[in-house]
Amino acid sequence: MIQIQINRQLGNFRVSAQFESQTRGVVALFGQSGSGKTSIVNMIAGLLTPDSGRIKIDGRVLFDSDHKINLKIHERRIGYVFQESRLFPHLSIRSNLNYGRKRAPKNARQIDFEEVISVLGIGHLMDQKPRTLSGGERQRVALGRALLANPDILLMDEPLASLDAARKSEILPFIEMVRDRFNVPIIYVSHSMDEIIRLADTLVLVNDGEIAAVGPVEELTSRIDLRRLTGRYDAGSVIAATVEKHDEEYGLTHLTFNDKNIRVPRVQAPVGITARVRIRARDVSLALDKPDNVSQLNVFSGKISEIGERRNNDDGTESHDIDICVDIGVPLWVRITRWSLDQMQLVEGKEVYALIKSTSIDRQSLGQQTQHMEKTL
Amino acid sequence: MDIFTPLEIEAIWLSLKISVWAMLWSMPLALGTAWILARCDFPGKFLFDGIIHLPLVLPPVVIGYVLLVTMGRQGFIGKFLNDVFGITFAFSWRGAAVAAGIMAFPLIVRAIRLSLEAVDQRLEAAARTLGANPVSVFLTVTLPLTLPGIIVGGILGFARCLGEFGATITFVSNIPGETRTLPIALYAFSQVPGGEEAAFRIVVISVVIALLALAGSEILARRMQARIGNGS
Repeated sequence: MIQIQINRQLGNFRVSAQFESQTRGVVALFGQSGSGKTSIVNMIAGLLTPDSGRIKIDGRVLFDSDHKINLKIHERRIGYVFQESRLFPHLSIRSNLNYGRKRAPKNARQIDFEEVISVLGIGHLMDQKPRTLSGGERQRVALGRALLANPDILLMDEPLASLDAARKSEILPFIEMVRDRFNVPIIYVSHSMDEIIRLADTLVLVNDGEIAAVGPVEELTSRIDLRRLTGRYDAGSVIAATVEKHDEEYGLTHLTFNDKNIRVPRVQAPVGITARVRIRARDVSLALDKPDNVSQLNVFSGKISEIGERRNNDDGTESHDIDICVDIGVPLWVRITRWSLDQMQLVEGKEVYALIKSTSIDRQSLGQQTQHMEKTL
Repeated sequence: MDIFTPLEIEAIWLSLKISVWAMLWSMPLALGTAWILARCDFPGKFLFDGIIHLPLVLPPVVIGYVLLVTMGRQGFIGKFLNDVFGITFAFSWRGAAVAAGIMAFPLIVRAIRLSLEAVDQRLEAAARTLGANPVSVFLTVTLPLTLPGIIVGGILGFARCLGEFGATITFVSNIPGETRTLPIALYAFSQVPGGEEAAFRIVVISVVIALLALAGSEILARRMQARIGNGS
C-alpha cells in the first residue's frame, strides 16, 4: 500500500497531493509538464522535503511531519530511475550496477545479479564506461542499477523522455519485463498516455499540484469528466480483454471481454493473459442498423449511455465534434460530427452499432496488465 | 653526483622538502575550503573568499612580515606553539613550508573549486538514492570526479612553492642548509661579484625542474581525462 499525503510550497506553486494505491504492479503519475509529478516522486525519494504530510509505503513510514519522522535519502530503500541515466562516469558498468547492491542490507539482497543482467541484455557492456554506451543502453543500465539496490519501491521519472521514438519502443519491453519478473512495485511518472496504457495498472492524474483522480487505467481513461486531463486528441476507451487465440494466417489476435470478441493485429502476448486495448474515440463509427458487408472486423451493439457536451478546441474555437458513450458491456467512446448526431437523431438510450477498424488498433494501443510470470531462469 | 655542487644539491633538496611539506598541509585544507566555497552559502562568504585570495594579490613581503610578527618567537601564535609544543617556525625550514603553503593556497583552492563546481550534483543525488550516506557519496562520487582539479591544483601549488621567495626571505631569512631554497640561493649569488656562473647554473636547474613538473602534470591530466571521460 502506498499512502501519500504531502504539501509543499515551491515559489508560488503549491504541491498538495494525497492518494493511496495498492503496491502491486505499476502506479502511473500522469499530468502535464509542470503539474508537480516530479516533485511528488522527489518527496517520496527524500530529494525534496514536504512542508507537512506523511509518506508511507507498505507500512513503512518514510516521512511524517506530525511525528517528526524524516528518513534520510539513503535510508529510504527506494530505487530511482531518472530521466537522464545519471550513471557514474568514472565507474565501469559493473561498478555502476554494484553501487546500490553492495550498500543494500545483506538480508535484502534477493534480486539476482545475473538474472537482471540477462533480462536487461547488458552482459556484454560490463567492462565498458558509461560514455561508450548508447542512450538506450545507459537507461537499461540505470534501470538495472536501481533494481539491484533491492529497493522496496522503484520510482521512474519519465525514464524514456530523453530517448527518441525508436529507443523508446526498444526500452519499453525491458520495463515490462522488470515489472513482470521482479516483484518490485513501480511508481512511473509520464506525460505519455501510450506508455501508461502499456505499463500501468493504476493511474494517478496530477493536475496543478493536486491529485485529480486515482483509479484503474481502464476506468479513468474512459471518464469524460477527466478528458481534459487524460488527453483530448487521443481520447478514447481502454478495455481489459483476455487473449483468446492468435490467427496466424491473417495476422490477427482474438481477444474477449464480457463474452464479446474483438480482433486486433497480431500481438506478442501469450494466450490467457489480460491485455489492455485502447480504442480511440475517433476510430469508432456508428450505425443505426446492423451492418453486414463492411470491412470493419469489430461490430458491437449497444445503447447510447451519454452524449457529451459541446466543447471548445484547445485554441478556444468551438468544436464541431461530439463524444458519445455507447454501453457495449463496457463504456465505449465514439467521436462523430454534430452533423451525424443530428442526421441520425441520436439520443440517450438509442440502440446503435459501433464499428471499430482493427487496423486502427496499433501496437502502441495495447498493453499488458501486470502478470507475475513464472521465472524461466 | 659531480654535476651539481654540494651547495646546489643542498638547495635543491631543501626546495623539494619545503615544497612537499607545504603541499602536505595546504592540500587537505584547500580541499575543505574549496568545498565550502563551491557548495555552501553563508553570510560573510564574500569576505571569506577575499581573505583566501589575499596572498594572490598582496605583495609576498607583506605576508612574510605578517608571519614574522605573528609566528615569530615573540608573536602570539609563535610563542604559544613554542611554549606548548616546542616548535619554532621563525628562521627554520618549517617556517618556509608555512610561508610557501600560504602563498600557494589560493591557487590550489581555485583549481579545486572550479573542478568541484563542475561535478554534476545530480550524480550525488543518484548515489544517495542508491543507499550511500553523504560521506560515502563524497568519497566515491565527488572526490573521484574532482580529481583532475585536485591534481592541477597540486601541480600549480607545488610550482608556486618551489618559486616562493618574498614571503620566505622575509619570514625565515637566508640560512644555508635551513632556509636557502633555489630562488634564495639564486638571489644570494646575484648579489656577490663573480657569482654569475653559479647563478646561471641555478637558473638552468630551475628551468629543468619546472619543465619536468609540467610534463608530469600533462601526463597525469591526460590519464585522468581518459579515466573519467566526458559522458554522463
